[in-house]
Amino acid sequence: MITKRIIPCLDVKNGRVVKGVNFEGLQDMADPVEMARYYNASGADELVFYDITASVEQRSIFTDILRRVAAEIFIPLTVGGGITTLEDFDRVLKCGADKVSVNSGAIRNPAIISAAAQRYGDQCVVLSADIKRVDGRFMLFAKGGRENTGIDALDWLEQGVHNGAGELVVNSIDTDGVKNGFDLELLDAVAQRCAVPIIASGGAGCKEDFLELFRNHPRVDAGLAASIFHTKQVEIGDLKRYLRDNGVEMRV
Amino acid sequence: MIAIVDYGVGNLFSLASSLKSLGLQTTVTRDPAELEAADRIILPGVGAFADAMRKLEATGLVPVIRAEAQKKPLLGICLGMQLLFEKSYEYGEHQGLSLVPGSVCPLAEDLKDPTLKVPHIGWNALDILPGREDDPLFRYVKNREYVYYVHSFYAKDCAASTLATSEYSIPVTGVVRSGLVYGTQFHPEKSGDTGLRLLRAFAEL
Repeated sequence: MITKRIIPCLDVKNGRVVKGVNFEGLQDMADPVEMARYYNASGADELVFYDITASVEQRSIFTDILRRVAAEIFIPLTVGGGITTLEDFDRVLKCGADKVSVNSGAIRNPAIISAAAQRYGDQCVVLSADIKRVDGRFMLFAKGGRENTGIDALDWLEQGVHNGAGELVVNSIDTDGVKNGFDLELLDAVAQRCAVPIIASGGAGCKEDFLELFRNHPRVDAGLAASIFHTKQVEIGDLKRYLRDNGVEMRV
Repeated sequence: MIAIVDYGVGNLFSLASSLKSLGLQTTVTRDPAELEAADRIILPGVGAFADAMRKLEATGLVPVIRAEAQKKPLLGICLGMQLLFEKSYEYGEHQGLSLVPGSVCPLAEDLKDPTLKVPHIGWNALDILPGREDDPLFRYVKNREYVYYVHSFYAKDCAASTLATSEYSIPVTGVVRSGLVYGTQFHPEKSGDTGLRLLRAFAEL
C-alpha cells in the first residue's frame, strides 16, 4: 500500500532557506541545495520549495537553485510561491519541479487551477491554503496569512478539487509555529469534503504529533514541516523509523 | 549511449539528470539515426495516452522504435510503459505500440477498495514476483523496496510479461518485460536511490 509521506518544506528567500514563526520574524537557516541533499539522504519522501520573494531578479536566483536541486535529488519536488499564471507553471516545471503549488495566485485568479490541470494533469496541481478560525469558521487567508479573504476555506478547497487540484496542502495559521500538534479538527473537516490527498501543515513539534496524525486521521496522507526538521529537533530518519515501528506504513 | 525519445510529452530534465548522475551518456532526441546508433532507448511520458500516441506517431519514430526494440534494450516509463501495450481504454479505445501483450485500463474500475484514491500517487512497495527475482533489471534492487507512482490507468491481461507489482487493493502492474522491452509504471527517476539502482541495471543489461 501507499506509504504516508514526510515532507520537509524549504522557504527560500534571496537564495537562502528561511522559516517564519506564525509567518513573521524570518530567520536565515541554510543553503537550499545543501539542505535538499541532507533531506534526500535522511529519507524525505518529497521536498517542497516555496519562493517567498517577489522580485524578478530574486526569482531567477530561485529557479537556478531549483535546477541545481533537481539535477541531483531524485525524489518528487513541489514548488510554490508567486505562481499565478500558466507561464509560472511552465517555468518551474522546466527547472525540474514535478508538482506546482498555488495559493494566493489562485485566490486572485481561480481559473488557474482548471487551466493548469487541463494542461499538466490534476496530479501536477497542488492547492495550498492558509486557514484560520474566525468566529468559529475556517476562513481562507491571503498574503502569507495576513489578510482574511472572507472566503469559507472548506468551500474554497472543495471547489478547488472540483476544478482539478490533485492534492491539498492544508496550512493552519492557528497552529503554525506553535509546535503543539497539527490542526486535527481542521484536517478532519477538510477530509470530509475532499477526496484527494491531503498534506497537513503547521504545528508539528515532535514525533508523537505525526503518530497522532497518521494513526487517528487516516484520510491525511502526508505531514509537512519546516523548522523542526531544519533545526533537527525532529530528525527525519528517526521519525520515519518511529512511525514504522508504531504501525504506520513508511518508506524507511 | 542511452537515447531518451523526445516527442514533446513531459519533462525530461529529471530523467536525463538521473542518468547523468550515474555517469551514463545520454541524448534527448527525435532523430531516427540517433535511436539506431544508441545502445539503449528510454521511452518516457506523462499525460494522456491518445495525445501521447498521436505525438509519437507525428515524429515518424514508431517504426524505428518497433525495429530497434528487437535489437537493444528499451525501457518505457509511466505513460511510456503504457504505450508499449496493444491498446488503451483511456477515454475511448486507442492502439498502442503492441510490443507487450495486454491492455491499459482505468484503475478506479478495478480497485477492490473503493475508498482508495485515484490517481494512485505516492511511494508503494515493489513486489517482485516469485521466479522473477533473477531478472537482470533487479540486479541491484531487493524485493519490497519503495518506488514512486503517479497514474490513473494501469496495465492488465499481461500476466506472462509481469515481473513485479505493487499492492493497491489489487496488484497493480509495476514492471513488465517482453524480450528486450521493459516497462515500469512507476518513475525510477523519482524513486530515490532505488530508482537509480534500477536505471543502473538497465544500463548494464
